[in-house]
Amino acid sequence: MLTLTVNGVERVVEEVDPATPLLWVLRDRLGLVGTKYGCGIGHCGACTVLVNDQPVRACSLTVAAASEFSITTVEGLASPDGRLHALQEAWIAEDVAQCGYCQAGQLMSAAALLKRKPAPTDDDIDAAMDGNICRCGTYQRIRKAIHRAAGGVS
Amino acid sequence: MPIDDRELREFVAEATGAPSAVHIVKLGRRHFLKLTGISATGLVLGVGMHAPKARATGTATFVPNAWLYIDGDSIVIRATNPEVGQGVKTSLPMIVAEELDARWADVRVEQSAIDEATFGRQVAGGSRSVPTQWDALRRAGAAARAMLVAAAAERWGVATNKLSTRDSHVVHPNGEQLSYFDLARDAARQPLPDVDALVLKLPRDYRLLGTWVPGVDNHAIVTGRALFGIDHRLPDTLFATYVKCPATGGKVARANLDQVKKLAGVVDAFVLDGNGKATELMPGVAIVARDTWAVLAARRALEVVWDESTAAKDSVTAAAARAQKLLDADGEEVISRAGDVELALGAASRTVDARYEYAFVAHAQLEPQSCSAHFHDGRIELWAPTQTPARGIQNVASTLGIAEHAVTVHQLRGGGGFGRRLVNEWMCEAAAIAARVKGPIKLQWTREDDMQHDFYRAGGFHALKAGLDPTGRLTAWRQRFVTFTTDGMNAVSGGQLGKTVFPGELPAAHHMSQTKLAWHTPCGAWRAPGSNAFAFVVQSFIHELAVAAGRDHVEFLLEQLGAPRWLEPGNAWALNTERAARVIKFAADRAGWGRKMPAGRGLGLAFYFSHAGHVAEVADVSVDANRKIVVHRVTVAADVGQIVNDSGARNQCEGAVVDGLSAMLAQQITFEAGRAQQSNFDQYPLLRMRHAPAVDVHFLQSDYAPTGLGEPALPPLAPAVCNAIFAACGERIRALPILRAGFTV
Ligand code: FES
Ligand code: FES
Repeated sequence: MLTLTVNGVERVVEEVDPATPLLWVLRDRLGLVGTKYGCGIGHCGACTVLVNDQPVRACSLTVAAASEFSITTVEGLASPDGRLHALQEAWIAEDVAQCGYCQAGQLMSAAALLKRKPAPTDDDIDAAMDGNICRCGTYQRIRKAIHRAAGGVS
Repeated sequence: MPIDDRELREFVAEATGAPSAVHIVKLGRRHFLKLTGISATGLVLGVGMHAPKARATGTATFVPNAWLYIDGDSIVIRATNPEVGQGVKTSLPMIVAEELDARWADVRVEQSAIDEATFGRQVAGGSRSVPTQWDALRRAGAAARAMLVAAAAERWGVATNKLSTRDSHVVHPNGEQLSYFDLARDAARQPLPDVDALVLKLPRDYRLLGTWVPGVDNHAIVTGRALFGIDHRLPDTLFATYVKCPATGGKVARANLDQVKKLAGVVDAFVLDGNGKATELMPGVAIVARDTWAVLAARRALEVVWDESTAAKDSVTAAAARAQKLLDADGEEVISRAGDVELALGAASRTVDARYEYAFVAHAQLEPQSCSAHFHDGRIELWAPTQTPARGIQNVASTLGIAEHAVTVHQLRGGGGFGRRLVNEWMCEAAAIAARVKGPIKLQWTREDDMQHDFYRAGGFHALKAGLDPTGRLTAWRQRFVTFTTDGMNAVSGGQLGKTVFPGELPAAHHMSQTKLAWHTPCGAWRAPGSNAFAFVVQSFIHELAVAAGRDHVEFLLEQLGAPRWLEPGNAWALNTERAARVIKFAADRAGWGRKMPAGRGLGLAFYFSHAGHVAEVADVSVDANRKIVVHRVTVAADVGQIVNDSGARNQCEGAVVDGLSAMLAQQITFEAGRAQQSNFDQYPLLRMRHAPAVDVHFLQSDYAPTGLGEPALPPLAPAVCNAIFAACGERIRALPILRAGFTV
């Protein structure tokens, strides 16, 4: 049995192999399917979550290690009252998504960036988003949406 | 072990333009509007229509259709086609809403059931969703609008022709308004409009089409709601993996199933022999366990001895060596021939000779295949993000040996398609596993499964030779192509040369031929099949010719197009040289063609016609001494007729540029001993944000009916970038990916 803090809530996971990647615990055991599987080797970023505000690939972090930290997934990005995060608003306004599969991971990497740098430059964005692949090629819209959200934040 | 890829080839033939293959959904004379009753949520104004099933059959098989209804305070429009990122879940309902004059905020989009008899072609592919549905969707909207207007006319006691509509309201000449919701009940009692007599809007009167409309699933996407195939979960589901031989066609000789079955969480492990069809079920080992991780952990402990006696032995190095020899002579199959090309080449004042080639590539859609299935009482239900749901039903029925009506498929959003989800073998695998297990299962492919068991874009080899006269005009064209066949007869899908690869009329003396090498690994349709590779070869070579002739590339290219005309008279799906010339000139102009560029930087241009779309692109590229390239900007000019959703259309072009660049830079699947040697993104790199160019998209809107945009913006990208690299550093790239020549980003 393990206890995880996900989106501010303590969740108990029974009978779990401690070596299970956090990704599969979120998806299969906790029903948080916003975090996606793309490669399983830390190369695509589809599984990005925040671990104590740092972007981490959930496919490459064991649930045992994750249990010591506070985890935020895309489901926890909006406020509990449903008000969207500035990034989510910006993603909708810029109509970023094509298939949408990578976007949860992109949002989490961007959220970590804005926490650290409320007004990022293009270079900051390139560096922060380097671990996230968008197979559909929505990169320029992601960039615009981050700038838009940053503008709204400041 | 020949692979039956007939379906895929037909699909590609359809996508490359024979007009007879375009099954435009057309509403017929018989139609009716009816009160469909009180639904759970309110009064329903149902628009039921009868449409002939397919024009090509020439029969009037009429069946009911239903694209929209008014329900409570929503106008519900059904999205009929699979959504894999091409935007049809938004764009197709917009077409209905336009003719209905619905306020977009009042519209709720609902994914329809799979029912091609009702909705026509429910396929995502070939950039065909919009063009095939265009007429039916407009008439569906217009018919409902006519009924609402008639209801308002009755209430006000005025003639219908005095009334107008706007934003879900009928408007009286005195300014009074009645909402569609108020009118729904009365509208349902109105006599039926004649669908053929409906007056459709002129493009200049559009209020919604051509505007920027964000995707209807955006909110669900950014909040992480379950949408995709991989997200679907049935109560009490088990999880499954399916392990096939890394060389296509290998059979299971032995496997340590007893050991695997003892592992934690494992419920069952068994061998499936399959039916020998790569598009359905090949032999393998299924492991079923209580969660994904248990499945994956058990898989690592699985040991299989494969019997590879009938498996693929494909080798790309052997194929390349053979191809180079074959290119020394004309191919065995003549594609197009006129005049005496050898004589014309001999008489030319100058000839240019070049060999081009490109690698096999994988689709690598970001969501690995995933499918839920539940078999019970002789029936099976599947939840699948397929691009061809109706074909999926056939495939599953064939695999299980049950009737098609015993198969139900629920459409789920796909995390990318690019042609990979035209094939449904993963659905068949899920079905076959579900048929052996009590209760529902969810099959999850790994990324490695996905990359090593794809229906790959086949590689190809070309030898071109062309002649120029003293004034620099093209006088002779000889093209030899070595391609692949997996059935021993037909070229693989996307691997069939045609004379349409040339932008215009081929010279009076020309010869095009091809030879097919036997190949065993499955090949399939990859975004813009055929065009995605032929554009690189032909548009690069035309640039080589312009350079050899000492002529401006734009001028030389326009000369090939010739006089303004449809290249195949009567075929509105063929190249129109006037539309082509317009996009070429426009892209060149916007990109500042002809301006002086700094050292090490150049502009490159390419045009390609595919999927009825005319697209020209200009790339602005720098190359440094270490062969590092930077693609600064790509200017896209496209004529795809009326734009449906400005945002979606631009997104497709922006994405096609990134996709094209990603593929040409470093992507290749190499095969040795029948095995794909790449298995994940560490060996098959996808473009990342820091290397994504700025993209300027320009639509040259014409009054032609809209044609799709999922594909045609991709083919010109590779030749535009290669031509720019030549302009920047003088080096001609004749092989993709360009990594082979040491170029990187
Ligand atoms: S799934 Fe974790 S980085 Fe790709
Ligand atoms: S939107 Fe499809 S992978 Fe990013």
